[in-house]
Amino acid sequence: MIEKDALKSLDEKKKNWEKKAEKLRQVKSRPRFITVSGEEVKELYTPEDLKNFDYNEKLGLPGEFPYTRGIHHTMYRSRLWTMRQFSGMGTPRQTNERYHYLLNHGQTGLSVAFDLPTLMGFDSDHVRSLGEVGKCGVAVDTLADMEIIFDGINLGEVSTSMTINAPASILLAMYLAVAEKQGIPFAKLRGTLQNDILKEYIAQKEWIFPPRPSIRLITDMMSFCTDHVPQWNTISISGYHIREAGSTAAQELAFTLADGFAYIEAAIADGQDVDKFATRLSFFFNAHQDFFEEIAKYRAARRIYARRMRDKYKAKDERNWLLRFHTQTAGCSLTAQQPENNIVRTALEALSAVLGGTQSLHTNSMDETMALPSDKAALIALRTQHVIACETGVVNTIDPLAGSYFVESMTDKMEADAEKYLDEIDRRGGVLKCIDEGYFQREIARAAYRYQQEIERGERIIVGINDYLVEDEVITIPILKIDETVEREQVASLRKIKSGRDNDKVKRTLDDLAMAAKGNGNTLKAMLDCVRVYATEGEIVDTLRPIFGEYIEPPII
Amino acid sequence: MSEKIRVLLAKPGLDGHDRGIKVIAAAFRDAGFEVIYTGLRQTPENIVNAAIQEDVDAVGVSILSGAHMTLFPAILNLLKEKKADQIILFGGGIIPDEDVAALEKSGVDKLFTPGATTEETVKYLREAVAKRKRDEKII
Repeated sequence: MIEKDALKSLDEKKKNWEKKAEKLRQVKSRPRFITVSGEEVKELYTPEDLKNFDYNEKLGLPGEFPYTRGIHHTMYRSRLWTMRQFSGMGTPRQTNERYHYLLNHGQTGLSVAFDLPTLMGFDSDHVRSLGEVGKCGVAVDTLADMEIIFDGINLGEVSTSMTINAPASILLAMYLAVAEKQGIPFAKLRGTLQNDILKEYIAQKEWIFPPRPSIRLITDMMSFCTDHVPQWNTISISGYHIREAGSTAAQELAFTLADGFAYIEAAIADGQDVDKFATRLSFFFNAHQDFFEEIAKYRAARRIYARRMRDKYKAKDERNWLLRFHTQTAGCSLTAQQPENNIVRTALEALSAVLGGTQSLHTNSMDETMALPSDKAALIALRTQHVIACETGVVNTIDPLAGSYFVESMTDKMEADAEKYLDEIDRRGGVLKCIDEGYFQREIARAAYRYQQEIERGERIIVGINDYLVEDEVITIPILKIDETVEREQVASLRKIKSGRDNDKVKRTLDDLAMAAKGNGNTLKAMLDCVRVYATEGEIVDTLRPIFGEYIEPPII
Repeated sequence: MSEKIRVLLAKPGLDGHDRGIKVIAAAFRDAGFEVIYTGLRQTPENIVNAAIQEDVDAVGVSILSGAHMTLFPAILNLLKEKKADQIILFGGGIIPDEDVAALEKSGVDKLFTPGATTEETVKYLREAVAKRKRDEKII
């Protein structure tokens, strides 16, 4: 990257500089200089750090292999990232109102948050759902709820992301059935399912079935979508939750990529053609607080993925070498103390995602350590993206930090650290084996504890937590409350649906689903028939549970 | 000589956010407590039965889903029903101030919210258990 003579002259200058720096170094503004992930950062990066740096091999041009600089030739100059705020709460009707509000205020894609009973496959009237209905997202029991959520929204014109994993096929089936009713052909539907069950066992812990049958549900869906819903992104392979659970940046990167490669290998083993399904895979990363570390993470992710897709999985279509990703700012970085400061944290995190070349972005609201976002907080979060896009100038040029001695060194280190983890996972027998043995869970728990200790020792300052406190602070921002009537209303509407539907048809379609699940039938296709006649999510899960079994995690601390 | 504090850590309800409870478990262990962790998705019945069987001094419960006003009272009632309310119930999670006040009034000994340190929780549990043991002797 730099001429030999120049390096030599730098070396001489550095000796002189070192003498002066030596004295000043005795004074330290911080006890240690580490990233959020606990990595030591050097005082200074120079051309010496990039001595053997080969531009073409490491970076290339945007839109071209290895995509370090971004996956599109023109990046944000042609098209901004999709501003996709994740939301959903209470009843389907309340959620529908929030969606109209966000779409009217310039949001460009929808993202559905479901409540915990829906995520876990329990109907709203199940005993395990007590107290949880509509709390963390919207409650969905039957197709009728999905019809209300998307009431007045043309599914042919909007792209929808759904954060659902264990019962993802069921919710996709409901979405497809809503499209049918609107008269929209499946081929026109655009959107993403999270559908990443592996990270559930690793970090988020919302599972139903054991890993192996869960993977079968996913490969069934991938094959159905390749044939019928070609624009649908079938899995959003997620590092977000791994990071929120306390992992380091390198762990987030490596464990997520390992999950992605596991799905690819499963689909190839199922007889599917990598060039047909891989286009529909995308990733989902966290934007944590260490600005440069995060940017390095996104850049390294693209490079590792491109190399593996081309060289290991032999994808021929260049589009399958691209790592496309959504980003959400770090919920775990927000504080309940002085919550307005969260606006600033979120803005900086979002900026790192944009400088890292994200395809879509969710910015958290300032009140999310306390409740689901109020209208006001949600609007500020969305406006944060508008400010970055329109006012800061960062969209004017592609990958503006490329060539920075620090950022390139960090990108290389991130790649090397992730590769080390990927080797370790292989050595241990692959992702499923590592889940069985609790390897990921232990690595993450350790990192989370170390981080907490760094805060408590004062090596890490968190504004409002261990420094810059406000005594007797009174929180003045509005806090959204989901009241208990939501649960009663939802249970009542579920009962009404159940008493009004054709129960013989429901039973027949559920029996057909059981047959498909026991044999080799496509489970998503069978589920579509179930939801069309208003079978509930819980009934579908209950049909599969005796066939697939249930997952129980060994408690690991 | 004081006996080792025995504490059961539990996650009821449906939420799977176990980062906090695992950090607390590690900190309690480092502080020399005996820690039993139930794992995820325990019913209030499971938690109370485990607490009685394990003969613990305290039960720590983590809830981040918003279901705290249902789950804490359920655990409290079961402890009373089974005449095990000498066991201290404390917890943590995303719990609004007014709910914290209501729950602490109704018998939850202490609730921690985001930003609390492991040092505070360790100190709290030591003192709470010591106080409870003193009270028992007086009776």
